[in-house]
Amino acid sequence: MHFVVCIKQVPDSAQIRVHPVTNTIMRQGVPTIINPYDLFSLEEALRWRDKVGGEVTVLTMGPPMASDSLRKALTIGADRAVLLTDRFFAGSDTLATSFALSAALKKIGETFGKIDIVFCGKQTIDGDTAQVGPGVAKRLSLEQITYVSAINEVNGEDGTVTLERRSEGGVQVLKTNLPAMITMLEGSNTVRRGRIDDALRAARAEIVSWNAKEAGIEDVTMCGLRGSPTVVKKVFAPSPRAEKAALVEVGATPAASAEALIEAVLAKSPKIEDDLIKLASGF
Amino acid sequence: MIQEKFDAIVIGAGMAGNAAAYTMASRGLKVLQLERGEYPGSKNVQGGILYADMVEKIIPEFRNEAPLERRLIEQRFWFMSDNAHTGMHYRNDDFNEEKGNRYTIIRSQFDRWFAKQGQAKGVLLLCETTAVELIQDPYGKVIGVRTDRSGGPIHADVVVLAEGVNGLLGTRSELRPRPQPSQVALAVKEMHFLPAEVIEQRFNIKGDEGVVIEAAGTISKGMAGMGFVYTNKESVSVGLGCLVSDFAENQTSPAHLLELFKKHPSVAPLIAGSEVKEYAAHLIPEGGYKAIPKLFGNGYVICGDAAQLNNAVHREGSNLAMTSGRIAGEAIFQIKSRRDPFTADNLALYKQMLDESFVIKDLKKYKDMPDLLHTQASNLFLTYPQLVTKAMENFVRVDGTPKIEKEKHTFSSFRKARGALGLLGDAVRFARAWR
Amino acid sequence: MSDAKPAAPAAGAGRASMKKELPERFRNHKHVWVFIEMERGVVHPVSFELLGQGRKLADKLGVELAGVVMGAPGPDILHACQESFAYGADLCYTIENPVLADYRNEPYSKALTAVVEAHKPEILLLGATTLGRDLAGSVATTLLTGLTADCTELNVDDDKSLAATRPTFGGSLLCTIYTLNFRPQMATARPRAMPMPERKEGREGRIVPFAVDLHEQDIITKILSFIPDRDSNKTNLAFADVVVAGGMGLQGPENFQLVKNLAAVLGAEYGCSRPLVQKGWVPSDRQIGQTGKTIRPKLYIAAGISGAIQHRVGVEGADLIVAINTDKNAPIYDFAHLGIVTDAVRFLPALTEAFRKRLSPHTRDRMAG
Ligand SMILES: Cc1cc2nc3c(=O)[nH]c(=O)nc-3n(C[C@H](O)[C@H](O)[C@H](O)COP(=O)(O)OP(=O)(O)OC[C@H]3O[C@@H](n4cnc5c(N)ncnc54)[C@H](O)[C@@H]3O)c2cc1C
Ligand SMILES: Cc1cc2nc3c(=O)[nH]c(=O)nc-3n(C[C@H](O)[C@H](O)[C@H](O)COP(=O)(O)OP(=O)(O)OC[C@H]3O[C@@H](n4cnc5c(N)ncnc54)[C@H](O)[C@@H]3O)c2cc1C
Ligand SMILES: Nc1ncnc2c1ncn2[C@@H]1O[C@H](COP(=O)(O)O)[C@@H](O)[C@H]1O
Repeated sequence: MHFVVCIKQVPDSAQIRVHPVTNTIMRQGVPTIINPYDLFSLEEALRWRDKVGGEVTVLTMGPPMASDSLRKALTIGADRAVLLTDRFFAGSDTLATSFALSAALKKIGETFGKIDIVFCGKQTIDGDTAQVGPGVAKRLSLEQITYVSAINEVNGEDGTVTLERRSEGGVQVLKTNLPAMITMLEGSNTVRRGRIDDALRAARAEIVSWNAKEAGIEDVTMCGLRGSPTVVKKVFAPSPRAEKAALVEVGATPAASAEALIEAVLAKSPKIEDDLIKLASGF
Repeated sequence: MIQEKFDAIVIGAGMAGNAAAYTMASRGLKVLQLERGEYPGSKNVQGGILYADMVEKIIPEFRNEAPLERRLIEQRFWFMSDNAHTGMHYRNDDFNEEKGNRYTIIRSQFDRWFAKQGQAKGVLLLCETTAVELIQDPYGKVIGVRTDRSGGPIHADVVVLAEGVNGLLGTRSELRPRPQPSQVALAVKEMHFLPAEVIEQRFNIKGDEGVVIEAAGTISKGMAGMGFVYTNKESVSVGLGCLVSDFAENQTSPAHLLELFKKHPSVAPLIAGSEVKEYAAHLIPEGGYKAIPKLFGNGYVICGDAAQLNNAVHREGSNLAMTSGRIAGEAIFQIKSRRDPFTADNLALYKQMLDESFVIKDLKKYKDMPDLLHTQASNLFLTYPQLVTKAMENFVRVDGTPKIEKEKHTFSSFRKARGALGLLGDAVRFARAWR
Repeated sequence: MSDAKPAAPAAGAGRASMKKELPERFRNHKHVWVFIEMERGVVHPVSFELLGQGRKLADKLGVELAGVVMGAPGPDILHACQESFAYGADLCYTIENPVLADYRNEPYSKALTAVVEAHKPEILLLGATTLGRDLAGSVATTLLTGLTADCTELNVDDDKSLAATRPTFGGSLLCTIYTLNFRPQMATARPRAMPMPERKEGREGRIVPFAVDLHEQDIITKILSFIPDRDSNKTNLAFADVVVAGGMGLQGPENFQLVKNLAAVLGAEYGCSRPLVQKGWVPSDRQIGQTGKTIRPKLYIAAGISGAIQHRVGVEGADLIVAINTDKNAPIYDFAHLGIVTDAVRFLPALTEAFRKRLSPHTRDRMAG
């Protein structure tokens, strides 16, 4: 079986700063990480490789620096890494990204063996769109199963996969044919730590690097800014509230403080009392 | 079981480890480097000033590509009392030379870059991999390490312990003593983010120019310690450190002192309106010459902070670390080229070479300073700053008091606080330790 | 390479040219559509929130607001249409087919693509739910048009383009995204980010049936079974009027009961910050914030929560935010309306007791769960 996991290198959003004047992201010193959601997909791919045999290829589109993330994925246990990098890809939105990735996936299939499952992350923490996976699936005519909480069976013989998908009111148990595109839900597994031999192998591994042409993309106007139908016109910081919270004086006892706080709540928003009474009486 | 054997394993990708790994790999040795952090520098802390000369000795062209923050052109020393500081500013436009002498850096970026240079020379770097045990042969020679990853130990001819002051490997294997609380300072540091324009305006600088403020005085509440304010491109590092033993004795915490330091009327305006994004605490070895452990043994050498190679008086650490790492690498290369075994006798070469360098010479010069600072802390850090402030105020404030009376008052306050002999003694003691 | 990067103006006429030059083939795209999400016969409330916003957009553009309802043949379809009319739709396209009984990507995306291609909306909105995101990504790819995900604000500009605003970089920034030269302009919107519109009982509209050729034997993915959520009284957190939440400031899992106790007295829902879920103190459906629920209560009480940006984006829509935190510099005080700087562990029982006393004449005393 050949599993390919699409991973993205993202800035660690917990450490992002916004320039207070220009409202641009201050990237200085912001570490990058593998999009955390992608790790659940990577782990699932590794598990099924270990169970049914085969290979796991990781793929990312990004600047040359993104090879750091690929190497990390190799350390965790992936067999092969492909970096798709070209200045033509700069400024891609999700439609252009899915275009480039699907070209690379085709090429991976031709070069390293037919792909059975493409795994994507549920969403990224920077783009946060959850659109690239479905875009890739549509372009490659893969069966698309998103928000998967468990894969119960991958059957190489009859080329099917049985899995559980989270939907709004419950869990759908689905069976579909390979090849398929799957996104895993966070927490659906525990991501492993690679062995020391994996780490040594990863540190030395050659990362396959393709530009647009090498990935088989002829029409570069479908890539990057030019291939993106969406335009980001404005980036701005959430408007800060003018005044900070009004602080209620702490009383002599917690009970006194509580009374003071309730008074302050009612003073700020007199209607609340009715709502509370309604709720408290169980309406 | 890993079959492969390395010429050297370097523990740590800080200043010392990166220098050692780079030096050896660029001379053709097969080097494995282990780093416990997510990436080199991810957890490393420094104020931080980088001394260019020592980097140049390893990577001459580093200025072209290394992530440097600001080129330092001005140094301020502040003697602080509660509401005032008496200062000396040294600014010299000559520092705007092409090859700057000192730069501020952010370790998480610099270490990463430094390690990459080693990798380009062939160092095999494994991050998120902690060396947990030194493997010794029946004769006690160190022959490899075991890591926290599954899959068996890795072997090498020699192990370079550059694990920093916190490293447990050397202490656990009893190759070096655990630093005493009186030999290590605990420093805390925050990064205050501000737009570059604001920093430049507040510190009276332009372009990539930078300023360093070193502050001592009542901010450490009578303990031996110092505060600092360093300018980076888009942030200001503010920190403070005191000896661990002092914190314990005085029942106060570094975080608390830092809060007070930031609120000090001389400091607060410099960081007003900033966004704090990083809080870090780290130990600094300050035991000086007397605290240096045995630097080599059968199959291993120790460099950098792990070996207490830190000059507390001049606030130099990274350059000693880097230099000791480089020298260790050179010594190992020499031994290897002679095809000699890495016995303690042969590795003594590292110690010899280090003795010849500024590292050991500087530390020797100040060998009495740590003791002095410790025993005289309350005078140096509490009494004198207040006296100096009083004196300056007497001098500056115009209030109708005749000058002669003011002077008298100043002198008598000094004498009252320390006594004439005490004053003399302090001066002599200080001069001796400095000599 | 995300769609959230501030794009430099494109050199030359790319797909994403900053200037609007709508190609001829898109000029007859008209009207605002909302995909009415229905699972197991129940319309997801986000569809009504979208109708509320869609109504405003349609009025500004001077066009009609349509709902798209699909599912298995049966009374649910008609019911969903009536609901949509009550919340502002002028008409509904309906696609009835047994294959559409439960959501699967293939038949749903085929059906939605077909009706879009036939009736040509200029704006198509979906909820940013698991279903909506799964579906929107496919449909936009087939139509080769722009899609803005997880919006918190939707507007039309003076030149009548859809301005879709969404948080980016973990909520640290907002960005406004346009699809100037392609149609339809698609967006998904985050549940609870927009207010629920007023419901006008009996408001009427047109039903326009649309036929799509779908057969079960052609659909590759099969549904073996459906396991409804065990917890039938699923949390109503997102829609609660009063929410009490706790964070790491509670110090330990046992103290979370204090939050539950206060919630019980107030008849409120309880929630938490992410670390509590990660530590396993509280189940994940109680998490509030960027990767949890967005809430819009009338009153939100946050105990021992620092107010990190990822938490903030989930609660900012609350009418009144009250913070209890020992650190007067905690970021939560930057956006809370009221605060008290005190130990939540000692304070919560007192607050619970004080509320209990005040509300006791009205309370049917229920014990905390
Ligand atoms: C607040 C502060 C300000 C300072 N300011 C300055 C300054 O301005 N200028 C200056 O020159 N010096 C300064 N120093 C001192 C300087 O930071 C140190 O001297 C220097 O970092 C020492 O380098 P090192 O390589 O020995 O140790 P470190 O930089 O601490 O590196 C040790 C590395 O080893 C890794 N490690 C440890 N154990 C293991 C293990 N078992 N397995 C794998 N990896 C391991 C660690 O993760 C770390 O990366 C400052 C220090 C502090 C704390
Ligand atoms: C990609 C990403 C997505 C995320 N999504 C979410 C999300 O959806 N929701 C979310 O909540 N977080 C999310 N987070 C995490 C978020 O960044 C914060 O880490 C988290 O919200 C902090 O939770 P906290 O406030 O409970 O804990 P802390 O940050 O530890 O804060 C605890 C607070 O309690 C106060 N305190 C301490 N003791 C007491 C006491 N006795 N009484 C009163 N106050 C006390 C402290 O002053 C402090 O302010 C996300 C992070 C990332 C990177
Ligand atoms: N540049 C990229 N390279 C590889 N995979 C990507 C890239 N961008 C997005 N993806 C994949 O698509 C998923 C969803 O991304 P998004 O639509 O941006 O939320 C991610 O979790 C990745 O698996």
